[in-house]
Amino acid sequence: MTDKRMTEADVVAELRDGMTIGIGGWGSRRKPMSIVREILRSDLKDLTIVAYGGPEVGMLCTSGQLKKAVYGFVSLDSIPLEPHFRAARQNGTIEAMELDEGMLQWGLRAAAMRVDFLPCRAGLGSAVLDNNPGITTVTSPYSADDYVAMPAVKLDVALLHANRADARGNAQYLGADWYFDDLFAMAADRTFVSCEKVVEPGDFLKEGSESTIRISRIFTDGVVEAPHGAHFTHCVPDYQRDEQIQKEYADSAKSPEAWAEFRAKYIDIPEADYRRVIGVGQ
Amino acid sequence: MSDATLAEICAVACAEAWRGSGEVLASPIGTIPTIGARLAALTFEPDLAYGDGDASQLAAPIPVGAPPDAEKVVEAWIPFGNFFDIVWSGRRHVMMGATQIDRYGNQNIACIGPWAQPKAQLLGVRGAPGNTVNHPTSYWIPVHNARVFVESVDCASGVGYDRAAKAGPTMQQYHHIHHVVSNKGVFDFETPDHAMRIRSLHPGVTVEEVQELTGFPLVVPADVPTTRRPSDEELRIIREVLDPKGLRSAEVPE
Repeated sequence: MTDKRMTEADVVAELRDGMTIGIGGWGSRRKPMSIVREILRSDLKDLTIVAYGGPEVGMLCTSGQLKKAVYGFVSLDSIPLEPHFRAARQNGTIEAMELDEGMLQWGLRAAAMRVDFLPCRAGLGSAVLDNNPGITTVTSPYSADDYVAMPAVKLDVALLHANRADARGNAQYLGADWYFDDLFAMAADRTFVSCEKVVEPGDFLKEGSESTIRISRIFTDGVVEAPHGAHFTHCVPDYQRDEQIQKEYADSAKSPEAWAEFRAKYIDIPEADYRRVIGVGQ
Repeated sequence: MSDATLAEICAVACAEAWRGSGEVLASPIGTIPTIGARLAALTFEPDLAYGDGDASQLAAPIPVGAPPDAEKVVEAWIPFGNFFDIVWSGRRHVMMGATQIDRYGNQNIACIGPWAQPKAQLLGVRGAPGNTVNHPTSYWIPVHNARVFVESVDCASGVGYDRAAKAGPTMQQYHHIHHVVSNKGVFDFETPDHAMRIRSLHPGVTVEEVQELTGFPLVVPADVPTTRRPSDEELRIIREVLDPKGLRSAEVPE
């Protein structure tokens, strides 16, 4: 029986320059931030990040490790526009593949199904097709309909944060929405899940119904126990978003000095210290 | 009941966008559209379905700005995975915002300036392409001016009628830009070439004023109706049930 428990550093040791990495969650909600912070502390570069984007995209823009972002949006939810991401787009320092939210889901689904593309209506007529010349349309073999042929969005690695997981890599989502974490896992060659708490398999049903154990270990390769690992994004029902620290993060886009200060305070420190800084550790 | 405020007139104008929608999911973005959708469901469109802005479809309305732990009666589960299924099934009518909207109803929430390196990066296209190709879409614009109502959008996130025609019949099959509601009036595309038309102007607004605030020529009907005022019952529901804290006036001041 494989025990998949590891640390954030172990996960980052599995990553390589130039990889395409999918990140679960949605906006500023249940992002695997402790692993993202570990990436920021590493020398990894030229990463392509695929996400319903939140602060992880902005952080990797500002750290200079992100080469290309693939997204339906990048937002901090309560702060609608992500200032670090905006700066990178406006300065032209990153490549972008901007998709309709549903198209991104469909691209992940195609990768999960191991097919080249899936047809959809979403994207027809819109700027998405102008801005992504690599995405084309396909004529139905059954009618005269033309659909967008959404290409598979294949991931080298998916990084997710769940509420609970067991040591073998089954993952449980206790909030009302697991977003597309399951699809990210299925679209990726390898998936690493951080969680608030590692539990015994027998404990899953004490926390929620069977439908909350959304991801099977057959799709996962590593489990990191990371209490407050999604912080400052939210991880309901375990905790709400930390709006104050999120605001500090947003404000840190104002100058290189402000970013350096934020980095020193929240990123370039061990995770145990991070928990102390945010007031939840001993 | 005291006189309706402009915010209340706008909320009723938003509600009217869902008149006749039937049993579909109303997806309002913003305070006034949220009040409008719930008002429509409580009055003339009783089968309209609506959510809490998160993963719950509600059997009874909660006030706008209710805290996350507010008590709610959940009648269906609509996490984002189900949500996209609903979008693609067509059983939805969304009212989105717009940083820019043009004469043929193209909408932009993605960026200002060239997409390759924008002057201002905004949200990204979000769900606008999928919304406009799959089901009726309306827009809510709290501040009507010529920076929003432009001749041509910088990035077509939501697809308007001219681009839909160019994209062809599959695009057009379920495409319908219904109403555009602003703080000045209600607009639609019920013209031969689907150019934006004045549907009604809010009380006291003139054609000249709204044309001045619009970056392209509006189609003006021979007789310009005035947007209807809320009934006493509608005002009671807005003030006592849907928005007791008065958040609506922050979105549309007098």
